[in-house]
Amino acid sequence: MADAWPLAVVVAGAVATYLWRALGVAMSGRLKANSPVVDLVGYTAFGLLAGLVTRMILLPIGPLQGTEVWVRLAATAVAAIVFFALRRNLLAGVLAGGGALALFAGLAPG
Amino acid sequence: MPNEGIAPHFKTDFKSTRGALAGGVREAIGAPILVLGASYIGFGSLIRESGLGLGIGLFSTLTTWALPGQVASIELYAAGAALLPIFIAVALTNARMLPMTVTLMPVLRLPGHSRWKLYLAAHLVAVTGWAVSMLRCPNMPPEQRMSFFIGFAGTLLIGSMLGTAIGFFLSTLVPPAVSLGLVFVNPVYFMLIFLIDLRHRGRILALLFGGCLGPLFHFVTPTWGLLMSGVLAGILAFIADRAMRRRRG
Repeated sequence: MADAWPLAVVVAGAVATYLWRALGVAMSGRLKANSPVVDLVGYTAFGLLAGLVTRMILLPIGPLQGTEVWVRLAATAVAAIVFFALRRNLLAGVLAGGGALALFAGLAPG
Repeated sequence: MPNEGIAPHFKTDFKSTRGALAGGVREAIGAPILVLGASYIGFGSLIRESGLGLGIGLFSTLTTWALPGQVASIELYAAGAALLPIFIAVALTNARMLPMTVTLMPVLRLPGHSRWKLYLAAHLVAVTGWAVSMLRCPNMPPEQRMSFFIGFAGTLLIGSMLGTAIGFFLSTLVPPAVSLGLVFVNPVYFMLIFLIDLRHRGRILALLFGGCLGPLFHFVTPTWGLLMSGVLAGILAFIADRAMRRRRG
């Protein structure tokens, strides 16, 4: 199972993440939490992640490709509605979204 | 917090560092571990559905310990990206570890702490543990804070590895439709995280730009598109936010 390529991918991701933590220790007390650079880096992370979310919903790679786009959009809507209806309950929203997709995908196999 | 900064009266006192460690473990077991566990169940099933082994999933959770970058790396792997775009994309996705560590370490640090202990503790920094510790630790005697953080974040890490394994095995045991639902937890979890706090204009702009650009750039280049859309969205949000700030304050 221990294929070298996936392992290299994970190690690259782990190093890319830990470098920030180590830099954080080295810089602690010297970087202002609301400086323009921190803003820009934060926006980039938010933008990248939002792009990943819409891409995973609209243009999935892997098994979700087998579902209809309306199934994925409807399940997304259910997750958001349950989340807000239950006072921004993250666990309930996540369960509702996953459950709705399973239900809709079961009813309408792509 | 009436006494903060005036008298050394701490609202939370676990009496000892060992008590603080146990207190951190106790506070993690509950809503925090359930929410993270559920999202890592999604990650475990993503690992399985991407044709990877459980060892890779557990290794990723243990060594990266920041879900957005973990999901991004697996998605880019599935898209056939090379190591450099994966490295940069994960670095940008998880760059918030820098300001989080910078702000948390002064809260946890004692003059007696060795350097390597801080660098080891820094590996446990991730969103949930950071947010809870930033709220709770200032109310504790300084010598108990590091123990509380390690107990809390360490428990979440163990629970998340458990979630990864559960998701991996669950996706083969349940009907195909349910395993699709488990994989779908990944985008839903992050979308809902975004919806928790929508008061920050720059962040909302970044989400809107990124959300639109992500799929578009994926059409142009599946391997570099995510990275390019994130950087462009970040810059556009930054410029737009500053421009709106200058116009209306």
